[in-house]
Parts: sequence; C-alpha cells; structure tokens
Amino acid sequence: MFQFTEEQLSVQELVHDFAQKEVLPLAEENDKLGLPNKEIIAALGEMGILSLNIPEEYGGSGLDEISKVLAIYEMGRTCAGTAEVVSTQMLVNDIVLMNANEEQKAEFLPRVAEGKIGAFALTEPGAGSDAGSIRTKAVRDGSDFIINGTKCFISNMGKDEGDFVVLITVTDPQKGTHGGMTAFLIDRNTPGFTVGKLEDKLGIRAASVSELIFQDCRVPESCVLGSVGDGFRIAMSGLDGGRIGVASLSLGIAQHAFDSAVKYSKERSQFGRPISKNQGIQWYIADMATRLEAAKLLTYNAAYARMNNSKDVVIAASMAKYFASEAANYIADKALQIHGGYGFIKDFDVERIYRDARILKIFEGTSEIQKIVISREVLKK
Amino acid sequence: MNILVCVKQVPDTTEIKIDPVNNTLIRDGVPSIVNPFDGFALEAAARIKDKDPSCKIIAMAMGPEAAKNALKECLAIAADKAYLISARAFGGSDTLATSYILYNAVKKVESIEGKFDMIFCGKQAIDGDTAQVGPELAEHLGYPQVSCALECELKDNSLEVLQEGDIKKVIGIDLPCLITFTKPSFDPRFPTIKRKLAANRAEIPVFSDADLEGIDPLHIGLKGSPTKVKKTFVPQKKTGGLIINEGSAEANAAKLAQLLNDAHII
Repeated sequence: MFQFTEEQLSVQELVHDFAQKEVLPLAEENDKLGLPNKEIIAALGEMGILSLNIPEEYGGSGLDEISKVLAIYEMGRTCAGTAEVVSTQMLVNDIVLMNANEEQKAEFLPRVAEGKIGAFALTEPGAGSDAGSIRTKAVRDGSDFIINGTKCFISNMGKDEGDFVVLITVTDPQKGTHGGMTAFLIDRNTPGFTVGKLEDKLGIRAASVSELIFQDCRVPESCVLGSVGDGFRIAMSGLDGGRIGVASLSLGIAQHAFDSAVKYSKERSQFGRPISKNQGIQWYIADMATRLEAAKLLTYNAAYARMNNSKDVVIAASMAKYFASEAANYIADKALQIHGGYGFIKDFDVERIYRDARILKIFEGTSEIQKIVISREVLKK
Repeated sequence: MNILVCVKQVPDTTEIKIDPVNNTLIRDGVPSIVNPFDGFALEAAARIKDKDPSCKIIAMAMGPEAAKNALKECLAIAADKAYLISARAFGGSDTLATSYILYNAVKKVESIEGKFDMIFCGKQAIDGDTAQVGPELAEHLGYPQVSCALECELKDNSLEVLQEGDIKKVIGIDLPCLITFTKPSFDPRFPTIKRKLAANRAEIPVFSDADLEGIDPLHIGLKGSPTKVKKTFVPQKKTGGLIINEGSAEANAAKLAQLLNDAHII
C-alpha cells in the first residue's frame, strides 16, 4: 500500500477541485473545437500546476514525481487533451532542468510559471520509434548554427501557444546517435522557425499537435542544450519521466471511463432491473477495477523508482506506461460497451474518452517499443 | 489597509440530516466547506489586495477545532493570517450571541493586527440561512454597512459597493465599514500550489472566551441566545402538479372549472 504525504495529497486535492469544477464542464467543447483552452492553460500556469516539477528558484513549486503523477491523473479524469498539455510540459521541464545551463534555466523555466508552455521536438515524418534516424540538420556557421528540417506530431506547439522548444538535430551524420546529434533550446520567435500544419486528431483534441518547420533558422551557440554531440542522450533523458507522465494520463482517462461505467450500470435498467445486477456487467466491472488498480500501482512504483534515482526506473517506467495505456484502452472500450448505444453518441463522455485513450498506446514509445525495452532489461541481467 | 473576512465552516450537502432529539444539524460524516458566500467575501478582499499588495487580509472563523480547515482554505486562497474563535461556552449561540462573540473577537484580533478598515462577510451561511450575523456585527461595532454586495472598489478612503437588486445600486460607504457579499458574476480564484502548501503548515491561533477580555458570559452560548429552535423538519415533498392541455384556452378553462368543482373548491 502506497502512503502519500500530506503535501502530495494537497496537490491532488487542489488539482482535483480545479479540474472537476473548471475543466470538466469545458471538456466536451474543447474536444469539439479541437484547440487548447487558453483560459484553462493560463489558470494552470497561475496555480503553479504547469511548473509543479520546477524548483522554487525558477518560479516553480519544486514538487516530486508522485505529485506530478497525481496532478496529471486528476486532470486526465476530466479533459484528457488538457492533461496531455500538462504531461508534456512536465517532460519539457524535466529535460530543461536536467540538461540546461544556468542562463538557459533562468531564461526559460520562469516562463512556465507565467503560464507559457514549451515543446519537445524529436519525431520526424521518417523517424518515429526509430528516433536515431532523424534528418533535421544543424550546420555550424562561425559561432552560429543554421537549422533546416521538419518535425512532426509535436505537442504543445500550436497556432498561438507554445513559447519555446527543445529541438533535437543532426550535427554530424557520420557519428549517428553517439556524438552526431545535438539538442537546442529555442525561442518560438526565432526567425526561420515556423509552426506548420496543425493536426486534426482522433482524440486528446484539446492539446495541439503540429508540424515545426526550420528553414535556414540561425541560432547562436548559446542555444545549444548540453553540449554539441550530446543530443541523443538528452532526447533519451526525458524518457522515464515522459513515460510515467503518459502512464498517469492513462490512469486519469481510465478512472474517468470506469467511474462513468459504474454509475451508468446502476442507473440503466433493462429487463426490469439495473444492468449492474447482470453478472456479465459485473465481470466487466471486476476486470476494469483490477486493471485500473494494477496500473496505478505500477505507475506509483515507477514514480518512486524515479524519485529514488533507482536504476530500475527504466523497466518500471516502461511497464507502467505499457500496462496503464493498454488498461486505459481496455477500460474505455468496456465502459463504452456498458453504455451500449448511448456510449457511441457524443451526449455521453465515454464517446470522447474512448477516442482520447487510443493515443496512449502510441506516443512516448508505442506498446511494442515498451515491450522491447522491458524484455531488453530483463534479458541483460 | 486591513481587511477582516469572517467565514463559517458549513456542511457541504443539500441532504441535511437533523438530530431528532436536539433539532440541530448532524455534522458528523458530512464534508465541510467554506460557506460559499464567505468565499465571495474573501474574493472581494483579494481583488482589493490585487490592486494594493500592501493590503493585509485576515480571516476569522468561529467554530470547533475542525473549522481550522476552512481557515486554511482561506489562507490558501488569499488570507495572510487566520484566527479561530473557539470555546465550549460558545456552543448553541444564535445569531445575536454569535455576533456579540465576533464583536469581542474583532477587538481581540485588532489588538494584534491593528484596526480593520473593512470587515467582509458572506450575506448568509448556507446552513442557517439567517443573513443576520453580518448586519448584527456591524451594529455591535457601530459601523455603517451594506448587505448583499456583488463587488466593491476602494476609492481613496471609502468603498464603492455594487449592491444586488432588481435595480443595482452603487453605494458609497466610509471606512471603517462592514459589507456582506452575495454571488458575484465572477468565480472566486483557486489557490496556487505554493499558497496551499504554505497554508497546510500555517499556525492558526485559537481564542476562547477566556481570551476575550470583558466578554459577558450571559450573552454567549445558549444563555445568551433568545432564539429557541422549537422544531426543525424537512418539509414533505408536494405531489407534482397537473397539466391541463385540452387543446384550446376555452377547453382548458372548462376542464379546470370541472376539476375545481369536483374537488368542491368552487
């Protein structure tokens, strides 16, 4: 049994109240519009939720990984798209904190406390799971770098929102992932950097996902994150935290689906009694409850491993992400089934939850990639 | 500027249960919240502080030890300090005794925090619904008051208060004063994570009747309460009405007359 501290529970309570009162009523509209809700994001900034894992000296609250899990979970129970904005921001915060120099931290992190969001740009049209095959090039020109290339499916960069980006590029194609890639920390307003196509998505529609275009984008060497050639390691430095973030989001989506299904099964009467009296439905509920609980424990376990700098964090985070995302899809599917025809129409939240859940098995490493990671960790021992 | 916000911790439910013996509310097992109208009063104070950060907001509640939770919520949202007024001797106080105790508590807290320029209260508590404590406190203090305020703005040394009503009035009121607030058009702010965590750690001083110098024991608690609750009950639900829809006004009128006649009403 995991025992949370009073501080962790306070954060959960605060995010819970805000999400239920302010975010849930707008979730359907956010989904319909397919855009991030600016007022909600501003409030998340003001309340300190976006900067939850940033130390106080940079304007954040300096809270731990469990607080992060609980915050994303509570947001995920209301509007999965908005929760994804938070989850992505935690990942970006982590990468900047772990890899940026003092000047960069002081320049970018306080912006998050002001309600601005940032992105992490690794994926390209030809480089998804195979992140080492990216083509976006940064070529040295005196003391500057000139960047050319296109990134796709980048969260937290939209038409208006998205203030800065952690960008992974190739600086020396000969060296590949070991020494050939370089990370940059770039302001959105840098000439030569534009936000391209905004994706029209199946789910998590309140989070923007877009294409980033770099065309002769000139940046000074001071924009290099970490050191030249260190890009692949930096890209991977956020993986554990990012996977715990998606596991937390999965828990939120799964909880929302589960709660809706349980409530509906008691209210819906067929053949003269609530459908919750039917063993077929009861077995669904038992399976859903058990998978949800198991997913929570795996996620908390991974968060503790990360907090304690355990070397088991890699396998723990992958297991949490893999299991929680699959569980969320199972639970959303069964929740829709319990709702019957009503689950298929937009008047009920499960229709949206079912769509929101689908991405969980794909981003931050597909389920298939997680299995590779898990088995590799097992077999290397 | 010094603002006192008086808050009450109330049960968070519409399903009020009543103790059949004492005719009082059963509070055990019912989650408690800050009375929503008091939350609007706190938001009004916070908005004044937004414009003048030197302004100090003090929250005060009367109630059992558990009411500290309500005060912590006030600290998380906007209050700089909080005080709890709590004693067995205060139990059973009606609005008159409560306002008398609060009056003495204001004097006590003022001796520590300095004089209050404004005292903000909710217009009423959602459990008792009397709307008497705020105005009575103003009377004890001898302060001018405006009740049912929607919002207010500080203008030099007076407040401009927008009062609820069919015709909304803007009322100017000199300081010190007491204002009671109703639901404004805006939502009260949420706490920030930092404030909430700081509020958890905050020490809240508690004053009992022994700390309130000069308080008359005959004017507090049940002894000081002329109001006696004779009976408290949940009104029985009335049966639903009947909709007459006969297709035309004439037919409806005829049907209604027939029904009234059958019931021997006409």
